[in-house]
Amino acid sequence: MSAVADAHAADHHDHGPAKGIGRWLFTTNHKDIGTMYLVFSFAMFLAGGAMAMIIRAELFQPGLQMVEPAFFNQMTTMHGLVMIFGAVMPAFVGLANWMIPLMVGAPDMALPRMNNWSFWLLVTGSLILMSTLFMDGGAPNFGWTAYAPLSTTYGPDSTTFFIFSVHILGISSIMGAINVIATIINMRAPGMTLMKMPMFVWTWLITAFLLIAVLPVLAGAVTMLLMDIHFGTAFFDAAGGGDPVLYQHIFWFFGHPEVYILILPAFGIISQIIPTFSRKPLFGYTSMVYATAAIAILSFLVWSHHMFTVGLPLPGELFFMYATMIIAVPTGVKIFNWITTMFRGSISFETPMLFAIGFVVLFTVGGLSGVMLAIAPADFQYHDTYFVVAHFHYVLIPGAIYGIFASVYYWLPKWSGRMYSEALGKAHFWLSFIGLNIAFFPMHFLGLAGMPRRYADYPIQFANFNQVSTIGAFLFGASQLLLVFIVYKAVKSGPKADAKPWDGAEGLEWTVPSPAPYHTFEQPPRVD
Amino acid sequence: MSSNQSYYVPESSIWPIVGAVGMLLTFFGLSTVLVNQSNGDPTTTAWVVFTVGALVLVYMITGWLRDVIRESRAGLYDAQMDRSFRQGMSWFIFSEVAFFAALFGSLFYIRFFAVPWLGGEGAKGTANMLWEGFQAQWPLLNNPDNSQFAGPDAVIGPWGLPLLNTLILVTSSITLTLSHKALKYDKRKPTIYWLAATVALGAIFLFFQIEEYIEAYSHLHLTLDSGIYGSIFFLMTGFHGLHVLLGGIILFVVLMRLIKGHFSAHDHFGYEAGAWYWHFVDVVWIMLFVFVYVI
Amino acid sequence: MSVQALRAGALATAVTAPSSALAGWGVNLPEGVTSISNTIYDIHMWVFWICVAIGVGVFLAILWSVLAYRHSKGAKPAHFHENTTVELIWTVIPFLILIMMAIPATGTLVDMYDTSDAEMEIKVTGYQWRWQYEYMDEDISFFSSADTPRDAERNLIKKTEDYKYSVDNPLVLPVDTKIRFLITSNDVIHSWWVPEFGWKQDAIPGFINKNWAKIEEPGTYYGLCAELCGQGHSDMPIEVKAVPKDDYREWVAEQTGEDG
Ligand code: HEM
Ligand SMILES: [Cu+2]
Ligand SMILES: [Cu+2]
Repeated sequence: MSAVADAHAADHHDHGPAKGIGRWLFTTNHKDIGTMYLVFSFAMFLAGGAMAMIIRAELFQPGLQMVEPAFFNQMTTMHGLVMIFGAVMPAFVGLANWMIPLMVGAPDMALPRMNNWSFWLLVTGSLILMSTLFMDGGAPNFGWTAYAPLSTTYGPDSTTFFIFSVHILGISSIMGAINVIATIINMRAPGMTLMKMPMFVWTWLITAFLLIAVLPVLAGAVTMLLMDIHFGTAFFDAAGGGDPVLYQHIFWFFGHPEVYILILPAFGIISQIIPTFSRKPLFGYTSMVYATAAIAILSFLVWSHHMFTVGLPLPGELFFMYATMIIAVPTGVKIFNWITTMFRGSISFETPMLFAIGFVVLFTVGGLSGVMLAIAPADFQYHDTYFVVAHFHYVLIPGAIYGIFASVYYWLPKWSGRMYSEALGKAHFWLSFIGLNIAFFPMHFLGLAGMPRRYADYPIQFANFNQVSTIGAFLFGASQLLLVFIVYKAVKSGPKADAKPWDGAEGLEWTVPSPAPYHTFEQPPRVD
Repeated sequence: MSSNQSYYVPESSIWPIVGAVGMLLTFFGLSTVLVNQSNGDPTTTAWVVFTVGALVLVYMITGWLRDVIRESRAGLYDAQMDRSFRQGMSWFIFSEVAFFAALFGSLFYIRFFAVPWLGGEGAKGTANMLWEGFQAQWPLLNNPDNSQFAGPDAVIGPWGLPLLNTLILVTSSITLTLSHKALKYDKRKPTIYWLAATVALGAIFLFFQIEEYIEAYSHLHLTLDSGIYGSIFFLMTGFHGLHVLLGGIILFVVLMRLIKGHFSAHDHFGYEAGAWYWHFVDVVWIMLFVFVYVI
Repeated sequence: MSVQALRAGALATAVTAPSSALAGWGVNLPEGVTSISNTIYDIHMWVFWICVAIGVGVFLAILWSVLAYRHSKGAKPAHFHENTTVELIWTVIPFLILIMMAIPATGTLVDMYDTSDAEMEIKVTGYQWRWQYEYMDEDISFFSSADTPRDAERNLIKKTEDYKYSVDNPLVLPVDTKIRFLITSNDVIHSWWVPEFGWKQDAIPGFINKNWAKIEEPGTYYGLCAELCGQGHSDMPIEVKAVPKDDYREWVAEQTGEDG
């Protein structure tokens, strides 16, 4: 045994990356795979963003200027799908790949080969999804939620491709999640007990659990769509004894945990960054862990708050209203803990911290509008209006996207060994912050005043705020190009970064040099 | 926690990218087949793409497994690696549980909410206005609109083939456990014989299941398009059948490896993974038998 | 049908449209013209102000922390990282606040679901892309489609105040009458929404959803389809003419007389 181990150790050590394209195609290295995830997700972010610009350009004025309603609906659908499945989820998986082994002191992910398969299946699924844009009859046009029967009897041909792409993306995410769980449970360095794990690791552990629990449910839902389309089944057709609302139940049983999948890793990131730049330990670590777990468990019990107007029986309506309201409690705990972490700290405002503070402020806005939406009788007014659009963009952009931006600035020195330009980073933050609020705050007004979502054209009473919103959206969109430039410039010619560029930072990832060597922690560190 | 010292990280591997290409071809081909079929367009090219993709996937799986087996035989895997595999397999099975949970949830919703509402019962019984003369019953033989969905003449009763199949699968779980016990005591022959019996029982189960489908289609007019009962019946039993097939293939591969002497009393994760999966498939069947056939 | 529309239009001009939500900078829900819509408005404002108060508190706390404990001003970090008492407080207090929201919400919801004792019944059926209205107690049934001029959509002519709102045949309803709506669809899911009534209700093919309204003021009330239903989703508006009971009876007589 020891002879084999030695032989293997010899062939394994001191290996840098392979040369050429093969390095990326065949790699098993968590850092390579993490980089590929991050780059790919950013490309998808730009693609999804371009679709958003088309939407906002059309809505700049009432009337039909730029695109036909049929194409407009394809854009809203693809924008949602690309952002959720192509940008946010893969970006988090990329961060998990890069950071979890570094944070728990593991030599790599637990199942390195499968790790690479997860990534390439993401590409496969995305290719199929994007190819629908070029098909006869156009891309999916029924919204990212794909409600039957608009997506079955009335769907375009490309629906079938959409369904299989969701299957493939789901398989990719499930394998990614299994890898994360196996790594966290099995690969921690000696002494790293569960309650010593960094918050990012904790939130990803819980996210991975959610992924494995609900993506198969989505697979079931879209499989039933496929059967209704091609095999004559009647799942969502009352004429055969089925029910279109059944689809919505299955979809949202996936969908609500999914929105937490999109936010929990960001919670973890913020819980890393705020202590670092406040130079003070995270307040209420234990309650943070429990709050995250509570949110995850509750998220299985609230799905029908997306369906308050489908005609649920009264007891159901009441149950889902109460359950949804309760979710606000652990969410509040997290926000209060972050603020208390800053309280009496010694705060500096590097770009990651700016995004983190922006996160706490704006996520609060989204959380509060969430509480309003949870009030079922009022949701009879809010539902399917721009008020909901405002809500989920306030939780998703300052939430998920800011979380990702913050971590890019925070860990870029570790990844690339170089610092970004602080001045440009700050500019990126402020432009994004202003653009985002101009784009999305007026949407609250639009929704309350009566503008439904997914409208290609609208009454002139909504013209003013739509115009404002479009201006903000273009500002936000344009400032993201700055991020490309900042990262490019830093990697190319940024000043060299120390192993620990942030004086308040803690954790194993800062004990390895910057950039992190190709193989790290081949000998596990000791944590006490 | 053991030290990470010898945790094996393979240098690089072509299989993931081969697998991704295989998936792309398979599913692009399959989608095109389905779409062209419903539009009445030719499907030959699409079938070719699909088949090539499927072959690439088979190539990938065999190649990947060969690598893993080779590494395992070379002693590159330590106890920690074994735990990673166990984690991986357990969570994979958990994801399968979630999938079937969604199907069972749909069954319950249809039975206890949708169909009664359509039949005029309960909080949303007003729906019956739209389906004059429709009466809720389960199994549903008359659909709300029989001109669109002609209902089945009858459904499969539980006490014939399904009961037999239940006994077969339960027995197969027992034979599997006997084999596993034998393996733990390093008794080679009984290990192999009991496992072979398990695989054989699985094959018999599938044979009867196909029998049952033929009966349903040709005599009972119970089909995928005979309304919601047929839809959910074939969806659930069909996906279960696919899992029996997959589990059977896994156990067959395990059997071959046993015969080659790959497993020892203390080192047989591949065997155990197959066994877990088989027991899981068995439990799903029992739930199916109770909720789809009996109740 | 257009005769019908003219008549309805003539009726409506007799009554002045109150509080129409047609302001260009509208920022809030309408209070509406039914008891339900009023209550919903009140709950909405109640929850809204609570949220504003919480928001302001949170923002002030952030602002204070960020300004008072700046590294650049030489702030020295404290080292506390736990305090069970405060953590308990900010778990329990939000919970109590939520209860204060849940109580009125529950009552309103129960009211909304009480469709009993309706004096008349309207069946609304969604189609791609128009609505059908059937007066269940009368022999009246008609389709109601958008009559937005295509040229206005294409920006060739000026858009009017009721751009994307007006229809050929409005739904004519009496005031002070409890009306039960039976809402369904003939194809995909739509959602019938008149903000001034306080609710939208999805139109599910093959099923029937119920809701109700008792309109308190005569007037013209507009609404829109609120569930994505295909490319004409933004093109199936709702126009309701609420008229005094006598006028309504007159209208019904004319309709039924005309139809046979
Ligand atoms: C305090 C916590 C929250 C509450 C009480 C809440 C409540 C709700 C409710 C009731 C709706 C349905 C509104 C409607 O369609 O009428 C909704 C929609 C939505 N929420 Fe939240 N939410 C919360 C936090 C979040 C978070 C953290 C995210 C994701 C990061 C999120 C993402 C979304 C999305 C994407 C939708 C719209 C889905 C769609 O219809 O396309 N929410 N929320
Ligand atoms: Cu939700
Ligand atoms: Cu619509």
